[in-house]
Amino acid sequence: MNRALNVVVVGNGMVGARLHEETLRRDPTSRRVRMTVLGAEPVGGYNRVLLPGLLSGSLTEADLAPERCGASPLATGTTVVGIDRAARTVATADGRQLPYDRLVLATGARTAVPPLPGLREDGADGDSGASARGVTALRTLADARRLRRLADRARAVGARIAVLGGGVLGLEAARALVARGVAVTVVHPAPHVMDRQLDAPAGRVLGRALHRTGVEQRLGVTAVRWEPGKGLHLDDGSVLPAAGLLLCTGARADTALAEECGLDVGPAGIAVDDTLTTSDPDIHALGDCADAEPGLIQPGWEQAGVLAARLTGEDPYARYLGTPRVTRLKAAGIELACLGDPFVTDDGLAGHAPADGGPEVLRLEDPTRERYAKLVLHGDRVTGAILLGVPDAAAGLVQLYDKGAPAPSDRLALMLGRALPPEGGGETGEALPDHAMVCRCNSVTKGALRSAWYDGARSARELADATRATTGCGGCRGAVEKLAAWLAETDPLSSRDTPATTAPR
Amino acid sequence: MTRAAADLLAATASASGTATHCPYCALQCAMTLTPQAAPGPAAGGLTLAPREFPTNRGGLCQKGWTSAQLLDSPERLTTPLVRDAKGAPLRAAGWDEALDLVAQRFGALRQARGADAVAVFGSGGLTNEKAYALGKFARIALGTSQIDYNGRFCMSSAAAAGNRAFGLDRGLPFPVTDLDDSEAVVLVGANPAETMPPLMGHFDPARLIVVDPRRTATAQAALDGGGIHLQPAPGTDLALALGLLHVALVEGHLDTPQRTAYRRERTVGWEGVRQCAARWWPERTERLTGVAAAELRRAAAALARARRAHILTGRGAEQHSKGVDTVSAWIDLALALGLPGTPGSGYGCLTGQGNGQGGREHGQKADQLPGYRHIEDPAARAHIARIWGVTPESLPGAGRSAWELLDALGTPEGPAALLVMGSNPAVSAPRARRAVQRLHALELLVVADFFRSETAELADVVLPVTMWAEESGTMTNLEGRVLRRRAARTPPPGVRTDLDVLRGLALRLGRSAHEFPADPGAVFDELRRASAGGTADYAGAAPEHLDAGEAVYWPVPEGADSEAGTRGTPRLFLDRFAHPDGRARFLPVEHRDAAELPDAEYPLYATTGRQLQHYQSGAQTRRVPELLAAAPEPYVEVHPDTARRAGLGDGDTARIVSRRGATLARTRCVPSLRPDTVFLPFHFPGDGAANALTNPALDPVSRMPEFKLSAVRLERADGRGTASREEAA
Repeated sequence: MNRALNVVVVGNGMVGARLHEETLRRDPTSRRVRMTVLGAEPVGGYNRVLLPGLLSGSLTEADLAPERCGASPLATGTTVVGIDRAARTVATADGRQLPYDRLVLATGARTAVPPLPGLREDGADGDSGASARGVTALRTLADARRLRRLADRARAVGARIAVLGGGVLGLEAARALVARGVAVTVVHPAPHVMDRQLDAPAGRVLGRALHRTGVEQRLGVTAVRWEPGKGLHLDDGSVLPAAGLLLCTGARADTALAEECGLDVGPAGIAVDDTLTTSDPDIHALGDCADAEPGLIQPGWEQAGVLAARLTGEDPYARYLGTPRVTRLKAAGIELACLGDPFVTDDGLAGHAPADGGPEVLRLEDPTRERYAKLVLHGDRVTGAILLGVPDAAAGLVQLYDKGAPAPSDRLALMLGRALPPEGGGETGEALPDHAMVCRCNSVTKGALRSAWYDGARSARELADATRATTGCGGCRGAVEKLAAWLAETDPLSSRDTPATTAPR
Repeated sequence: MTRAAADLLAATASASGTATHCPYCALQCAMTLTPQAAPGPAAGGLTLAPREFPTNRGGLCQKGWTSAQLLDSPERLTTPLVRDAKGAPLRAAGWDEALDLVAQRFGALRQARGADAVAVFGSGGLTNEKAYALGKFARIALGTSQIDYNGRFCMSSAAAAGNRAFGLDRGLPFPVTDLDDSEAVVLVGANPAETMPPLMGHFDPARLIVVDPRRTATAQAALDGGGIHLQPAPGTDLALALGLLHVALVEGHLDTPQRTAYRRERTVGWEGVRQCAARWWPERTERLTGVAAAELRRAAAALARARRAHILTGRGAEQHSKGVDTVSAWIDLALALGLPGTPGSGYGCLTGQGNGQGGREHGQKADQLPGYRHIEDPAARAHIARIWGVTPESLPGAGRSAWELLDALGTPEGPAALLVMGSNPAVSAPRARRAVQRLHALELLVVADFFRSETAELADVVLPVTMWAEESGTMTNLEGRVLRRRAARTPPPGVRTDLDVLRGLALRLGRSAHEFPADPGAVFDELRRASAGGTADYAGAAPEHLDAGEAVYWPVPEGADSEAGTRGTPRLFLDRFAHPDGRARFLPVEHRDAAELPDAEYPLYATTGRQLQHYQSGAQTRRVPELLAAAPEPYVEVHPDTARRAGLGDGDTARIVSRRGATLARTRCVPSLRPDTVFLPFHFPGDGAANALTNPALDPVSRMPEFKLSAVRLERADGRGTASREEAA
């Protein structure tokens, strides 16, 4: 390649920044790709996933800083207002025309603001969607700062924050607000929280766990109006008194630029193929603006890896083949993982055996201890799971699922992650088999110690001299002493009240 | 009585016996060898007893106890062997014939193809004196840049990371006994319960945090005693370290005035690392590593709340194509917690080979001159050239690293002849089949050894040399303490010391006698002068101090005082780190995938390691009947489900296949193993060589091969597939 490929990236969110990093990693001297990242926000691609951590106070804004920035130009506070596909340029709000060889749209998603009276003030900028007094979303750093101020004011006067939407973001934010010392109520229209990921019994158990950690919930009710200074009016006629309202009502792909310049846009976002190319071969799109699964960061990051491999020529045939769907709730004190599709219309109780091609379903419900585990398998592959309150199992299962590896035959262990019995065994004396290794440092088995005893070694010390047991790290000294005592007790030839008479060896 | 005084007594009060140290690992357990009064079991006419010493506390493992049995082994080589032509058998030859032949062939090759046509491969098992003499021999007798050693496969990643962070690399920058009082010890990819058993006596299992993809004997000891075992997927330790750092950060453990002051006053680079760690929140770490977020939090709290804590890495963290960055991540965690250079706490690596420490300081490494000096540093070249009586310009530059050297043997660009001393690369190198092929391709392979090791079997000339109980010298243990190795018996007739061999060759290559003394005392004197002023300064390690049983830790400059029986620097970094500004460096590092990941064709991770009864390539321990009886053959640890899918039952012979080769091993079903991982010990040769599988993808900084991770598949050795077995059932 004679000249570096001139790539312009619109959007400096987590995915745009990641693309930049992945590209630099493959092409550190920018010999093959010269990349310019344009971001509308005044700061770089901070880590949105950690916004709740910022809220609870455990992280600082610096911790959310963008992934490593290299030499490539990176423009913050630059808004792109139009794309000229024929001329291959983008127009910025400050009147510049920037040429590109390839354009990457990483415009992300915007908070989907529900049509709720009281949310918008007249003439409000629709960007974050909500600027009425006391209302905010949680998508940008500015949102997080605003929410933090709202929360601190509420805490000061003993007021409450209402969180509209009981999805993942809503619950994580609510939990973080509680950690900040603020009273919180989550309002959610479905009968249980996280209904996109959880079945009803799981949702009920999660509800209990949330309640224990201080997150109140109003379920099965719909908000009808926000009244600043008073609270949130609900469709059952009640009013939830609240000093602030946090909108966690989902997001929709930001496709405005793409639509304006005539790219194909589907219901979920900008249409791309498995090479992340749009209907214009010189324009790519990735992340939330092109993905049907807003809110998860993993797909966008993996797409960034694929596109970087293609742009730099590291792997011109790289394809994005999808990301296993894993949702892990980041809420202190609650361990919840959801993978794949845990919803089954037929859970096996209707008489279908897995051999018929139907799913195999395992379920454990233990609301008292806030545990719920459900496993859906097709053959020996896990296709869906909900694991609440069983953290070990969640960690192992996610690994299995990510790799598409076959599930172990011990399904209960898989589902519950129950600790395996120690391999050495804690027994001594009679219960210990002869082949059991007592002194690992010197390969001395119980059988060898017993033989040495009958050959005349009648104390722990003499057993050590005869077999070298205990002479390595010394960790088995107690075990050998116990064995010596047991042998003394059970050996018909040895009397417990006369000392051993065998000569030292 | 102080501990030092007790050591002194123990070292000197052995009027009837010889106080020396075990021939095997870097713990260098103290032992006393006494001439046997009555003929007993074959043990070289010696009675062997463990000796009280701070490191082994009077203990020995089975390898140490049986080490003397090799001295009179019927397989011991007592005459040089020469192969008259490729394909001909090795035949007995006289010393003069053998040495003349080697010198003549080395000289001719050098003349015809330049000095780099002859290469040298050393060992972390050689004494300081031999390592020094071997480096000198290569640089001035052969004039070759092509010298490296098996320590490249062992310590190089930890060494590089230590140098980066602290400006100096000494395995443990504190005495082993500091570990006794530690409230939390993190062992990352280290399994001392099998590889260094008496070390376990320094740990309280309840305070251990063991990081290993397997439930090793060490992990089991921790679990049994109430400690923690984190079981990450192979190749994810770097992310795990960042995940722990993230938790320590967000849970406020790093905000104590002490830790804040430490980072401000003693380090640079924290902000960059803080940002790296911020990106590894527990749930993300969990997804990559498989370590539950809750476990991560528990381990981070246990570590961060300890008033005295240690983080120790082993080969499991280091033998990766990202080994240096992985160690850096753990050092970053240690620095964030303020451990290095704080009395009672620290970071260290557990050195593997007996002289893995001294062996990496005195010039048998491709880029190094004695005293841990860099061969490209003009001041270092001038100093060493002066000691050696040559011009700085005559010293060669840096050569190939161990794998790159082996891989180039017998190629048009590579060396045509190789001298191997104290190493068995036919078994211990990665991608062993390729290594054997390259050794075969040499015009001349010369091996100095005491047995016909697998490498010696390929040699054109084999030179029989003394064993540890027949020679004197010094070893530097895992703490950087210089120890005396003492001869306890006369070698069998026909056997010479390695120093004698180098002297004989050097003379024949035209060097003068005074340049290559055969007396280890004379070599050590020169080594001390050569190391003076270097990073690893031995100038003040006078033999009389060592003989008096003093605890001498480098750096020990000329004139260093003794205090309560200790001389030199038992604890490094207490006042300053070794960088010019005195500060330690935080290194921002990021996870990256291994060079090879499991895929549809090779769906499993294979990882390799050691078992208690064997040492390294097994050339010695496989010849001890008692050890061989306890651990007779290669095996592969497999999760029972994984074994069943491959049609294998416990005890069946499995074939394990990677892109580089296949190996045979007996199946051992281990329910605690990750189903996606198999484990093989690497002590066995030929059809059972685990290294037939391993990947020579190198770390960009240390040139360490990726021993700890290859993608493999598992099948029945008899070729009967899973399907047919299931049909039959």
